[in-house]
Amino acid sequence: MDPKRRAGIKTARSELTNRRTVLKGVSVAAGAALMAPGGYREARAREASAEWMTYGGSPSRPYGVPASHEGHVKRALHIPWEDLARAYSWSDTPLEKLRGTITPSGLHFEVHHSGVPEIDPEQHVLMIHGLVDNPIRFNLPALDRYPMVTRTHFLECAGNSYEHATSPEPLMRTVGKLHGLVSCSQWTGIPMRLLLEEAGVKPEGAWVIATGGDAANLSRSIPLEKMTDDTLLALYQNGERLRPEQGYPMRLLVPGWEGNMNVKWLTSLWVTDQPAHTRDEVGEYADYLADGRVLQFTYPIGVKSLITHPSGEMMMSGPGFYEISGMAWSGLGKVEQVEISADGGATWGLAELEAPVLPKAITRFRMPWQWDGGVSTLMSRARDDKGYIQPTRTEWSARYHPDHYGHFNAIQSWRITDKGEVHNVYA
Amino acid sequence: MLLAIPSTAVAEGPGLGEPLSAAEIPFYATYVLPDGTGLPPGQGDALAGAEVWASTCAVCHGETGREGPMPPVVGPTDSFSKPAGQFWPYATTLFDYVRRAMPFSGPKVLSDDEVYAVSAYILYQNGIISESHVLNMHSLPEVRMPNKENFVDHWANSGETPYGGPPNGASPN
Repeated sequence: MDPKRRAGIKTARSELTNRRTVLKGVSVAAGAALMAPGGYREARAREASAEWMTYGGSPSRPYGVPASHEGHVKRALHIPWEDLARAYSWSDTPLEKLRGTITPSGLHFEVHHSGVPEIDPEQHVLMIHGLVDNPIRFNLPALDRYPMVTRTHFLECAGNSYEHATSPEPLMRTVGKLHGLVSCSQWTGIPMRLLLEEAGVKPEGAWVIATGGDAANLSRSIPLEKMTDDTLLALYQNGERLRPEQGYPMRLLVPGWEGNMNVKWLTSLWVTDQPAHTRDEVGEYADYLADGRVLQFTYPIGVKSLITHPSGEMMMSGPGFYEISGMAWSGLGKVEQVEISADGGATWGLAELEAPVLPKAITRFRMPWQWDGGVSTLMSRARDDKGYIQPTRTEWSARYHPDHYGHFNAIQSWRITDKGEVHNVYA
Repeated sequence: MLLAIPSTAVAEGPGLGEPLSAAEIPFYATYVLPDGTGLPPGQGDALAGAEVWASTCAVCHGETGREGPMPPVVGPTDSFSKPAGQFWPYATTLFDYVRRAMPFSGPKVLSDDEVYAVSAYILYQNGIISESHVLNMHSLPEVRMPNKENFVDHWANSGETPYGGPPNGASPN
C-alpha cells in the first residue's frame, strides 16, 4: 500500500470502495470509523500508525515464500548456450545476501550438465548391481522404510570460483557471483552402507559407479570405502523432500567431496573393481597441472573461507563500527581457525567461530571492526583440523595450467576504498 | 538357537530390495571400461562418421569439431585446451559418453554403429587414427590416446591428501 493510495482513503469514498474490493484485508470497521460522526479522534490515532496496522493482514497460506521486498534475493543464472543447449546451466547462491550457515533450499546453487529431469517418483528405481551377491532394486516407498540419519554438510562445485581463478584481472562482482557455487544444508537419508550390505559387496568390489537419471546419465566412480563411510542416499533437504534441481527423488550425498560426485536423480550403483574413467573424470573434473600432468580423483574440497560482510560491490555507509562476517568450510573435517587481516595480510587476528562447528559444514565466523574511513584490504584465511591452510592466489595459480580452475580455494581479498566502495582485488 | 541370530544387514534395515535380473539393467547403468568391457557389437570408421557428424554433431561442435560454439572435441584450439578427442586418456570414454549423452538435445538416438563411426571421426580429426580405421569392440580399446601418459591417479597415490601437499601450505607434491 503506497502513501498515495492511503491518502485516497481520506478524500474519496469511491477510492475506499475500490480499495476494499482490491484488498480483501481491509476491515469494514476501520473504514466505518472514518465516516462516523466524531470519528476525528480515531482518524488521528490511525495517523500515527503504520499503514499495515490499520487493516487485517493476509491469511495463512499453504506454502510460504519470502517477503515481497526480498524479491531481489535470487540465484544468478548462467545459460551459456541459450539456443543450442539451454539445459546446460548453473546458478550462484547470493552469498552476500544470506547470514547463518544453512542455505535456503530455493537458493542452493545448481549445476546441471543436462538440465533438471521431470522424474515420476512412482517409476523411479535405484539399482545396485555388479560385484554383489544379490543384485537388487528399490522403489521410493521401500526406501522410505529404511533407518535415516540427518547431517549438516556443505556442497561445493569443484569448479566454484572458475572465472576468478583464471581471469588475469580481478572481476568487479559480488561474492555470490564470484564464489556462489557453494551452499550448506541439513540432509536426511539412508546410510549407503546399509543398502550396499543388503546387496552384499563381493570381496573384489572396490569402486561404485553412481549414475543419475538425467538425460546424460551423469556417472562418477566413487571408492567403496567412502561409500561405506559417511555417504548417504539423501531423500530430504532442510526437512522437505529434495527439490527437483537437487536430485528429486534421491541423490548421493558424499560429504566433503567435490559437488559433481553427489550424483543427483540417482538410479544406479554399479559395483566394480576399478574406476570407469567417466567423462567427468577425464575432462572437466580432472586437474590440469602447470607441468602438463593431469590429476584424476582429487576428491575432497580444500579448506576455504570468504568474508561475506562486507564484500564485493557493497558500499560502506560511513566510518565506524562494522562486524566482519563470513563463512568457512573444509571437505576434510572441521574448520579450526579463521584469521582476518584488514591490512592486506601484514597483520592477522583471530575471528570468533560460531558454535557448533560441524565437520564438512559451513562455519560462520565474525570479528568486530572499526573502519576509519581509509583504504583497507580485508582478507580471511582458514585452517582446518587436519592442519591444511588456504594458499594465496599466487601460490594456488602456480600449481596449475593457466586454463585450470577446479578446486580453487585461495584467500579472497576485498579492497575498501576511501569512498567506501568494496571491490575484488588480487592482493 | 543358531537360526535366530540375524546378520548385521537384516538387523539394521528392513531388507526390502527386490531381486534385479541382468535383463533389467539398462546400458547406461554400466560404463565401458578402458579394457573394452561393455562395448557392444557393431563397427564404424571416420568415413561413415563424417555423415553422422554433419547431420547431428556439427551444429554444436562445428564442421570439423574445432569451431564450436559448444566445446571443441578436436584440437586443442585457442578457445579450449582440453578437447575430448585429444585430451582424454581412453577412447572408451569417448564411445560411452557419445552413446549415453549425445546429441545433447535428444540423446540415445544413435545406433551402436553410428556411435563407433562418430568416435572414429573425432579420433581421425585429431590425427590419432586413419580415415579408414574401423572401430569395433576389439579395435577401439587398442587406440592409443596421446595424453594417456600424463594422467596420474591421485587417489591411488595420495588418498584424501589434497593436491598442494602436506598441511600448512608446504610446496606441491
